Amino acid sequence: MPNQSWKPHTAHPPWYFVLPAVFVSCSLGFVFIYLGFRAFSDGPAALWELLWRERTAVLLWNTLRLAFGVMVLTTLISFPLAWLTARTGLARYRVVSLLAILPLAIPGYIMAWALLSLGGDYGIIQRLGGGSFPRITGYWGALLAISLYAFPYLYLNLRSAFLGMDPAQEDAARSLGRGPISVFFTVVLPQCRPAYLAGTLIILLYVLGDFGSVTLMRYETFSQAVFVQYSSLMDRQTASGLALLLMVIAGGLILLEVRLLGRMTLHKVGTGTVKAAGYYSLRPWWWVLVGLFLILVFGSALVAPLFAISFWLIEFPPAGEMPQVWRGLKDSFSVAVPSAFLAGALALPLAYLGVRYPYGRGRALERAAYFGYAMPPLALALAAAAVSLYLLPFLYQTLFLLIVVCSLHFLAEGMGPIRTTLYQASPRLEEAARSLGCNPLTAFFRGTFPLLLKGMAAGIAFVFLSVMKELPITYILSPWGFHPLAVNIWDLTNEGMYAEAAPHALALLVFSLIFIGFLMLREKRI
Amino acid sequence: MKLTFLHFWVRALPCLCGLLALPLSAEQLFLYSGRSKALVEPIIQAFERETGIRVHARFGGTSQLAIALQEEGRRSRADLFWAQDAGVLGSVRTLFASLPVELTGDLVADAVHTERRWVGTSGRARVFVYAPGRVASGDLPEALEDLADSVWQERVGWAPANSSFQTFVTALRHLEGERATKAWLASMRANGAQTYPNNSALLQAVAAGEIDLALTNHYYLYRALERNPDFPVAQAFFAEGSPGNLVNYAAVGVLETSRNRAAAERFVAFLLSPKAQGYFVENVFEYPVRDVVEHLPSAIDQTEIHRVRPQVDSNALDDLSGTISLLREVGLL
Repeated sequence: MPNQSWKPHTAHPPWYFVLPAVFVSCSLGFVFIYLGFRAFSDGPAALWELLWRERTAVLLWNTLRLAFGVMVLTTLISFPLAWLTARTGLARYRVVSLLAILPLAIPGYIMAWALLSLGGDYGIIQRLGGGSFPRITGYWGALLAISLYAFPYLYLNLRSAFLGMDPAQEDAARSLGRGPISVFFTVVLPQCRPAYLAGTLIILLYVLGDFGSVTLMRYETFSQAVFVQYSSLMDRQTASGLALLLMVIAGGLILLEVRLLGRMTLHKVGTGTVKAAGYYSLRPWWWVLVGLFLILVFGSALVAPLFAISFWLIEFPPAGEMPQVWRGLKDSFSVAVPSAFLAGALALPLAYLGVRYPYGRGRALERAAYFGYAMPPLALALAAAAVSLYLLPFLYQTLFLLIVVCSLHFLAEGMGPIRTTLYQASPRLEEAARSLGCNPLTAFFRGTFPLLLKGMAAGIAFVFLSVMKELPITYILSPWGFHPLAVNIWDLTNEGMYAEAAPHALALLVFSLIFIGFLMLREKRI
Repeated sequence: MKLTFLHFWVRALPCLCGLLALPLSAEQLFLYSGRSKALVEPIIQAFERETGIRVHARFGGTSQLAIALQEEGRRSRADLFWAQDAGVLGSVRTLFASLPVELTGDLVADAVHTERRWVGTSGRARVFVYAPGRVASGDLPEALEDLADSVWQERVGWAPANSSFQTFVTALRHLEGERATKAWLASMRANGAQTYPNNSALLQAVAAGEIDLALTNHYYLYRALERNPDFPVAQAFFAEGSPGNLVNYAAVGVLETSRNRAAAERFVAFLLSPKAQGYFVENVFEYPVRDVVEHLPSAIDQTEIHRVRPQVDSNALDDLSGTISLLREVGLL
């Protein structure tokens, strides 16, 4: 026994890391099998005929085009923002970081609706005397709406990478005669790679799964087609077929990320502690540019939707809607809080397997989380309902099932930041704990876990926000008499009752902000 | 000792029985509602107050709920399904029990299924909305075919994924035949008809100046005007008897598997009562399914709709899958 405990890593990961991962893969496996069963229910020929159409190619092209555009735009927003809030004097103003996360609380369809209601002949801007300009719709509208609420996924990943970097490497490069720009490209940028890939993967998968904003913007993508097939056509075969095709694309992206990520060492190898990174000082005229950049980003991502919501609220104050809002808030919290913590608890062992056992099964199990994320929520929800109905009828239409499905779907969002911090946590700490006689589990909790808390907090916050605004899953799996805010907002805006929807949307934003603020404060303390 | 033990049970038993009986004594119903919560919750609450029966509702898309009911089969806990559209309910009619004849006695003839598996609760008409600033009243279309004219190129909006639109296409197939319907859809598409996700979006797009005319249901405009009398959109019917003026019904049915059929039928009766019908007319701006509320003040003209609507049996409008194949063939879905 003593001999064994000296080994830094056994070839097989311990069971308590594998078990949660197996649970995740099995649950998603059932859903996948159900979708396959549905898609092929009329035989492969029928499925082929449905999918082999010009329309499929158009949908494919539209989806990829949008994904690429969103990737470029979110990079343009997040990279400067993350660097500014981590490595310059702007980092002292924590409110900027908080504001940069807030767009996550805005559901995509609210963002799209707000952008739509500003422009046009009878738009809010025109009615306030600001002149009329055409509404932004189609490709550019969808691109803008998705980028404006999804960029924080990339921003947060990049920011924690910038914060966690060991500045000794930069100092070394500078001492060898490199200029600041050269250091940025040769030392800083390569270290951002895992964070950039994790954030971008989440955003790309989000684009694949989003239907709210693309539907309102009238831009046809795969998941919009899945939604149409399911919601108005009662056609489960085509919808399942399209959903499977979507998952194949997502699978391609996930494999690509694995390829690009390779095996990396970012933690400090030598001895000594990591010094906190210093701030770069910017020239005054640069601050003018930074100011304009911040105004542009926050103006369109936060002020525009808040402005639209407030406009409706003030123009026709909806009396008597408040009891519904409170009930909605209670329902939203009762699913979002447990889902977020469950996802955090599941993401931890999965990320650990992926980073510390990057060969074969460890990586494969970690990737299962991303497949859950890649499943279009609507398809996932309907499949989960069917699977529970046939296999676990006592769970059908219960809060428990809703929580499990939400956390399975959003697991990947929680994993990005945990994985990033895990890459930066040296395995030597655990080895040291092991050498002092701790068993692997204790060694993990004493050595590595404290370093992951920052990533855990961010991951939990991500999942919380997503579940708060999640629509199709809650719509389909909610227990009887369960009416969370997101469902109310969708319902009311669909009926054109914008004034009634406004307080629900405002409650969603305000309470998400409070929750994130709380997490951010904790992060500072840790 | 023995006495106190007995004493305990003598006191405890009735309490225990009371506890067990509590969920049974308060009657409850489980409702699947494809009608949105915002529109029907007040009337559900009125039913609860009046009867003491608790109604647990699940809201969702009408088709989604129909799929759920099919999947659940005998295991379904639902007692009632209230669909946005009788056509969807008709396509899963085998799941529903026949309603007692006295319940449906004096209703508008076509608002009841022939086997009484569903009953309409309120009607809505198809209309077109337009921007009065950009369309002169003399240029308004008389027939559906007019919209395929080059005058309307790229100016018309519709919502092919919307179930009311789909029922309208089903009616068109029924009245004018498969071939004519397909030709009309194709010519509209060639003329640049713009696709929107739903009726509210169509209304907003007309107001915003993206399109000048759209095919929608009649009540969305009334709701917008109630909030804002200056809303720059108007609506009108096509010429008398045009399929474009179709009336279709929101409908309710009691599931064959319901464990509480008496209470479920009471709910149906309540929806048909003058009180509920008055609510639909006054607050949702829909048409009643019986004449009792004719005297109520309302924004909508009930005699006009009887004059302009096409003659079509709503029982014949349950071939949803045929309509969907057609829309797919034309490339609209």
